[in-house]
Parts: sequence; C-alpha cells; structure tokens
Amino acid sequence: MKRRNIPGFKTTMGATLAWLGVIVLIPLSSVVWTSWSLSGAEFWRIVWSPRAVAAYKLTFGAAAAAAAINAAIGLLIAWVLARYEFAGKNFMNALIDIPFALPTAVAGLTYSSLYATNGWFGRFLEPLGIHAVHSRLAVCIVLTFISLPFVVRTLQPVFEDLGTEAEEAAHSLGASRWQTFRLVIFPSILPALLTGVALAFARAVGEYGSVVFVSGNLPMKTEIAPLLIMGQLENYNFAGASAIAFVLLVASFAINGGINLLSKWSRRYE
Amino acid sequence: MSRTDAPWWVRHFLILSAAGFVAVLLVAPAANVLYEAFLKGPSAYLKGIADKDTLHAIFLTSVVALIAVAINLVFGVAASWAITKYRFPGKSLLITLIDIPFSVSPVVSGLIYVLTFGLQSKLGQWLDNQNVQILYAAPGIAIATTFVTFPFVAREVMPVMEAVGSDQEEAALTLGASAWQTFWHVTLPNIKWGVIYGVILCGSRAMGEFGAVSVVSGHITGQTDTMSLRVEKLYQEYQTQAAFSVASLLLFLAFVTLGIKAAVEWRLRRQLTDAARKPEPA
Repeated sequence: MKRRNIPGFKTTMGATLAWLGVIVLIPLSSVVWTSWSLSGAEFWRIVWSPRAVAAYKLTFGAAAAAAAINAAIGLLIAWVLARYEFAGKNFMNALIDIPFALPTAVAGLTYSSLYATNGWFGRFLEPLGIHAVHSRLAVCIVLTFISLPFVVRTLQPVFEDLGTEAEEAAHSLGASRWQTFRLVIFPSILPALLTGVALAFARAVGEYGSVVFVSGNLPMKTEIAPLLIMGQLENYNFAGASAIAFVLLVASFAINGGINLLSKWSRRYE
Repeated sequence: MSRTDAPWWVRHFLILSAAGFVAVLLVAPAANVLYEAFLKGPSAYLKGIADKDTLHAIFLTSVVALIAVAINLVFGVAASWAITKYRFPGKSLLITLIDIPFSVSPVVSGLIYVLTFGLQSKLGQWLDNQNVQILYAAPGIAIATTFVTFPFVAREVMPVMEAVGSDQEEAALTLGASAWQTFWHVTLPNIKWGVIYGVILCGSRAMGEFGAVSVVSGHITGQTDTMSLRVEKLYQEYQTQAAFSVASLLLFLAFVTLGIKAAVEWRLRRQLTDAARKPEPA
C-alpha cells in the first residue's frame, strides 16, 4: 500500500468502509440469509411459480421492448442534437433529462391520466381498440419514458467526438449518404448504442413506482416482478420475499456485468 | 456546412420527428400534470395542497431528504478523498460496491431494511425491546432513502477530485497547513461544483423516491406518507385533483433541479477542461 504524504487515509477509508457496511452491505446480505432458511424445493417453488414466471416474462419482455424503442428514438434524438443546429435545440437538450428528474410516482400518475379513456392520447387510442392503461402496452410505454435519457446521453458524446472526417472520406470515395451511415458511422457508434440500450434495460427491469400506477397489477397478466415481493410481504412471508429479491439481484448484477463488458469493448481503441 | 450534410428535407424530417417524440413522450406528461392540477382553478389547486396530511407529507419528505443528503455528502466526500488521493489494492472493487444501490430495484432496497429491522430478525426484536422504532417510521424512511441515493455525491465528486489532482494539497501541507485547513481552504473550493452537483442529484432523487419508501413506510396517513406516497394514496382514493396538486409540486421540484443542474454542469465542464488544459508538472 503506497501512501503519498497526504494525511487522512485511515479516517476517510475507515468512514467509507463503515458506511458502506452499515448502509449497503450488511442490509443487502440479509436477502441471502433470509432466503437461506428455505429448502431448495421451497425456494424453487416460490421463484418459479407460474405467477412468478409470468411476472418475470412481463418485466424482462417489457423492459426489452422499451430498450429497443429507446434504441431507435434515442439514436434519432442524439443524432439531431449532435449534428444539426435549429431553434430550441438547447431547450430540447434540457428536456431529455425530465425522466431522470421527475419522481416516478408523478410519471405513473400523469401517464395513467394521458392514456385513460378521456385523456389527451387515450381518447384517440381507445376507439381504435388500443388500451394503453391497465395493460402490458401501458407497462412498455412508461418503461420507455423512464429509460429514455440513457441512449441519448450515451450516444451524444460519441457523435460529437466522431467528427466528420471519416464521413467526408467515404463521401469523396463515392459512398451514398445512407451507405456512409450504415457502413461508416453505425459500426463506430454500435458499442455505445448497445451500452445505452443495456443501461436503459437495467433501469427498466427494476422500475416499480411508475408501473404500479398504469399497469392495473393483475396477477399473471400485468403484474411485474418487484410487485411479487410486495405480495409476499403482505402475507408476512419474508423468506418468500427475499427469495424473489435474490433472483432479481442476481439478474441485475448479471446485467451490470454485461454493461461493464460492453463499455470496455466500446473503449477498446482508446 | 460540409458536403456530407443531408439534403434540407431529410434534416427537417429528422429534426421534426425527434421533436415529435420529445413532445409526446416528455413534454405531454409534464404539461398534463399542470393541466390536471389547475383544471378546476387555483382555489381547487390550493385546496389540494393545503390539507393537514399533505402538509405533513411535504414536511416529512423535506426532513428525510435533508438527512439523506447530509449523510451522503459526508460519505461521498470522504469516499472520494480515500479513492482519489491514495493508491491501494481493491480500489475498483470499492467503486463497484459503492455503485451497488444504482442497480438494485427500489422494492428490494426497501425489503432489505424490512429484513434487517423487522420483528422477525434478532436486531429488530432487540430494538423493539429498547422501544426504538425504525421500520414504519421516519428513521426507516430516511435509511432506505439514504441507501437509494448512496452513490450520488461520491460519483460526482470523484472525477472532479481526480481531475484537480493533489499538487495544491501537497503544497499547502509543505507550507505547514494542517490536514483540516488544507481540506477546508484548498480542496473544498476546488471540488465545490462537483459537490453541489452531487447534492442536487442526491436531494432530487431523495425527495422523489417511491419504491423503497413504499416498502418501509407502513403508509400511515399523516405520519409516514412522503409526497410520492401521498400522490399514490390520493390517486387510489379517487382524489384526482389533490393527487395532481401534490404531483405538480414534485414537477416544479424537477424543473428547478434541471435548471440548477444545467447551470452547474456548465461550470463543472469548464473546470474539468481547465484542469485538463493545465500542463502536467514534471
């Protein structure tokens, strides 16, 4: 351990480790201890019940759909913000962070009202038979909202760093604009795009607040995985709650590991 | 304009589509909060807020956010100091551990304190015997909020401290300043904007947190409801007007956060580029 001549290592490191242990690590380990009290068969019965599987499918499916939508919309918005000059650009740029700043309960409340039968959007969608509240579609829409900034904010600096030299070279060699985008620009932004999509997915998988307002929370149909934990807690089944929490923790750590690999890959030429 | 720019109609189409998505996905939800909140006039709006239980929720949310920010401010600066000023094995592991709360679902974040402080645990029983109530009371809400916002200050202060470097501190110490004087008069002015930025992100998230506090609060009206929980309860009780009144306060808070964030971000970026431009001492 090499120490420079700056004092305070013991104090600051001690405080850091103490807080980390008390606030994060010890409480988090309780999930493992509590689910440990279950037998293997019990654990499996809880985390792989038909109701739980339906909830995982909805959570991961809707999060994947939201991440895919964000890949397209985020790519478009990041491109426009990085490459074009237009009136209101700075304003648009500031608006992108709304989902980060707006509490999820407010997002859930306003989305449930926008897409309700008499809401601004619902009054046009309902006659077409599109139910965007109390449905799986509703879950997809709010997850798209809460994870929207990730792809935009990951791609923006990459587009800005990319410069126009490679494009100009491709152009002077006779490539069309579409060819240039597909063969020159897209491959160089792909790692960053995937990182942004993975971040959006990770955020959407854990989301709870906004979804409970819009989904209707019907078991087997519109119930998301974090709600399973709430259901177990209402029955005072702490071991069951921690078994499902354990599954969700493993899933989110796996996604995080994937994100780390992706961002290493995207920086491979630096 | 370079030769590779797309024709004007392509550019206009792309800009208009992007603006359309921003309008539908981001602006409409925000505008709808204000529309619903003020639909029945300002007196109905104010009546939705000036309710005893709602006012208590505003008070509780502010106190909880203050506690979470204070704890995470001290922790964040200490952790940044320990991580950026020294070399030690396991540094990247420590950073990963600090980031854990970012990747934990809010409901799980609440659950871990129910498991830790609930009556089914040894600690929970002991605390109950001492007549200390943490769960389903303000302390539990404050702890869960602290967990959720744990990495914010550290994440923002670390890169600034790293970019500024330790030369000035070393000079101050050589000239005979004490450790505390050095921190107060040399380090703190340098990392000021990073600290402010982290505090804003931390405070904003703390005031808006829903999932984690929903698990630990117990939902006792007028006692353990935060603003977000109050919005949910009013919505479930079909008091839509009041729900949107309270939601509008959280919306204003979000706008203030975004405004301050934009201003601080600009200063922070300038400081980081200045630090990068500074020639490295040999």
